[in-house]
Amino acid sequence: MSLFSVLGAFEIGLVFSLVALGVFISFRLLRFPDLTVDGSFPLGGAVCAVLLSRGVDAWTATAAAAGAGALAGLLTGWLNVRLKIMDLLASILVMTALYSINLRVMDGPNVPLITEPTLFVLLQPEGLADYVVRPLVLLVIVLLIKFALDAFFATERGLAIRATGSNPRMARAQGINTGAMLLLGMAISNALVGLAGALFAQTQGGADISMGIGTIVIGLAAVIVGESILPARRLMWATLAVVVGAIVYRFFIALALNSDFIGLKAQDLNLITAVLVGVALVLPRLKGRLAKKRA
Amino acid sequence: MLSAQQLAITFNPGTPIENRALRGLSLDIPTGQFVTVIGSNGAGKSTFLNAISGDISVDSGRLTIDNTDVTRWPVWQRAQHVARVFQDPMAGTCEDLTIEENMALAQRRGAGRGLSRAVTAPMREVFRERLATLGLGLETRLADRIGLLSGGQRQAVSLLMAALQPSRLLLLDEHTAALDPRTADFVLQLTNRIVRESGLTTLMVTHSMRQALDVGDRTVMLHQGQVVLDVSGEERARMDVRDLLAMFERVRGEQLADDALLLG
Repeated sequence: MSLFSVLGAFEIGLVFSLVALGVFISFRLLRFPDLTVDGSFPLGGAVCAVLLSRGVDAWTATAAAAGAGALAGLLTGWLNVRLKIMDLLASILVMTALYSINLRVMDGPNVPLITEPTLFVLLQPEGLADYVVRPLVLLVIVLLIKFALDAFFATERGLAIRATGSNPRMARAQGINTGAMLLLGMAISNALVGLAGALFAQTQGGADISMGIGTIVIGLAAVIVGESILPARRLMWATLAVVVGAIVYRFFIALALNSDFIGLKAQDLNLITAVLVGVALVLPRLKGRLAKKRA
Repeated sequence: MLSAQQLAITFNPGTPIENRALRGLSLDIPTGQFVTVIGSNGAGKSTFLNAISGDISVDSGRLTIDNTDVTRWPVWQRAQHVARVFQDPMAGTCEDLTIEENMALAQRRGAGRGLSRAVTAPMREVFRERLATLGLGLETRLADRIGLLSGGQRQAVSLLMAALQPSRLLLLDEHTAALDPRTADFVLQLTNRIVRESGLTTLMVTHSMRQALDVGDRTVMLHQGQVVLDVSGEERARMDVRDLLAMFERVRGEQLADDALLLG
C-alpha cells in the first residue's frame, strides 16, 4: 500500500468513525436498532453539497447537514415514541422516505463538488498537499466530537439518556422523561451521521444518492471491531474504541481491495462488510457453546 | 397524603381472559404512615402499586397525593413525589452504570437534569457516607458497575437511592421476595430504619403475613381488587399470623390453599 492509499484509508476511516459514534449511541447506549443512518448519511451529503454549490460557506453548509441529520433522527424517534411504531420499522420507514427526499434535495441523483470551497479548501495552509490536510482536519474534528460526547454523557442530561437505554423502567421511576431522552439521543446520533455525510461529500468530490447504502452495516462493523480490539466499560474508552474500530476496519478493507491475489474489487465492499458483521455477531455465541462443550 | 378513590382497572376487557384487577379500590393514607399490603395471588396488590406509580393507568377513579390530582400524570412526573423499590433487584438500578452514577440518577429524582456534571466530589462524599451505613463495604466501590453487585446488595442500594431525595411516598413491591432469607431480613431491617429515619409515608406489598404484622403501623388486605381488611393500632398489635389467617379465610370463604402465605 502506498502512502497515498494509507492516508486515503485513514481519511475515510475518520469520516466513518463519526458514523460509528452515531451508531454506538443508538445501538449501544439507547439500544435502538436504527437504520435511519442509511438515509441520514446521504441526506447530510446532499444538504451540504447543494448548499455549497449555491455559494453558501462551508461551515454553514456542514452545520446544516448535521441539523438535517438530527431532524431525521427526531422523526424516527417520534414515530417510535409517540406513534408506538416498532423501533426497527420506524427507522426503515424514515430511511425509505429519505431516499425520495434526498433525490428532491439534490434535484437529481448526484451533486458534484469540483470548484466549490469545501471545509478542507478553507483550512488548507500553504505548502501542504490536500491529501495530507484532509485527514488532519478530520482527525481534529473527530477528536473534538469524541471529547464533547464524553463530557456530555457525564452530565445529568447525558446520564439520563444512558439510563433510558439501559433500564427505561428505572429511568422513569427516577423522574426521567424517557420519551424525550430517546428523541434527544436519536437526534444526536443522526446529527453525527449527517455530519459524516457532509464531510464524506466534501472529501469525495460530491454527494450521490447511493452513497448511503450499507452505512448502518459499516457503522456496526466499526463498533464491533472497536469493541473487540479495546473491550471497555468506561464510556470514554468505549468511544475511543469505536473511533479506532472505524479506522482499523477501513485499513483492512483497503488492504483487501489492494491485494490483487485475493481478487476482490471495490464493488465487493458491502458483501465483505456484511459477512464480517455476521461473523462478529455469531462469534460470541460460538465461543459460549465451545466453552460449554469443554466443561 | 395519599388518597385512592374507587380505582378500577380491567385487563383485556371484553375478551375471554378479561381480568378485573381493581374493582373500586379506595384507601386513604395519612402522612408518615407505614402500611403493609397483603393478599393472595391476583388480589390486585401489584396492580394497585403500579396504579399509584403510574405504570398502569386506571380506567376510572381518582388518585391524589397531598391534594394534587395525579390520576393522569405519567410515571416520570409522579416520580417527584413517589420513590419506588421493585421486587426484581435488577429492575431498580442500571446495571451498565456505576454505583455512583446510579445514585446520582436518584439524587436528581423530581428535579431537572441539565448540563452540569452528573457526579461531583461533594455528592461522592454523601454517597460514601450513606453506603457506609449499610456495612457492606460498598463505600469503597463507588466506581464499580452496579451489575457486579449481588441481588441483596443492589436492593440495599435501591433503598438508599429511594431515600436520597425527600419524597412523599415510598412504594415497596415485595422487595425482599427475590432474596435469600438472611439477606431478606437484612433488607427488611434496613427498610424499617430508613422509613423511620426519614419519616416516609410507605406502602409495602408483601407475601409474608409475618412481615406484614412485624413492620409498619397498619395492615391492609386486598381481595379481588378491593380492600377487605384494614387493621391498625391496638387491634393490630394484638394480632398474630393465626388471627390474620383466620380473617383471610373468612373473607375468602374457603380453605386457604396457598401455602406460600404461611412461609416466612
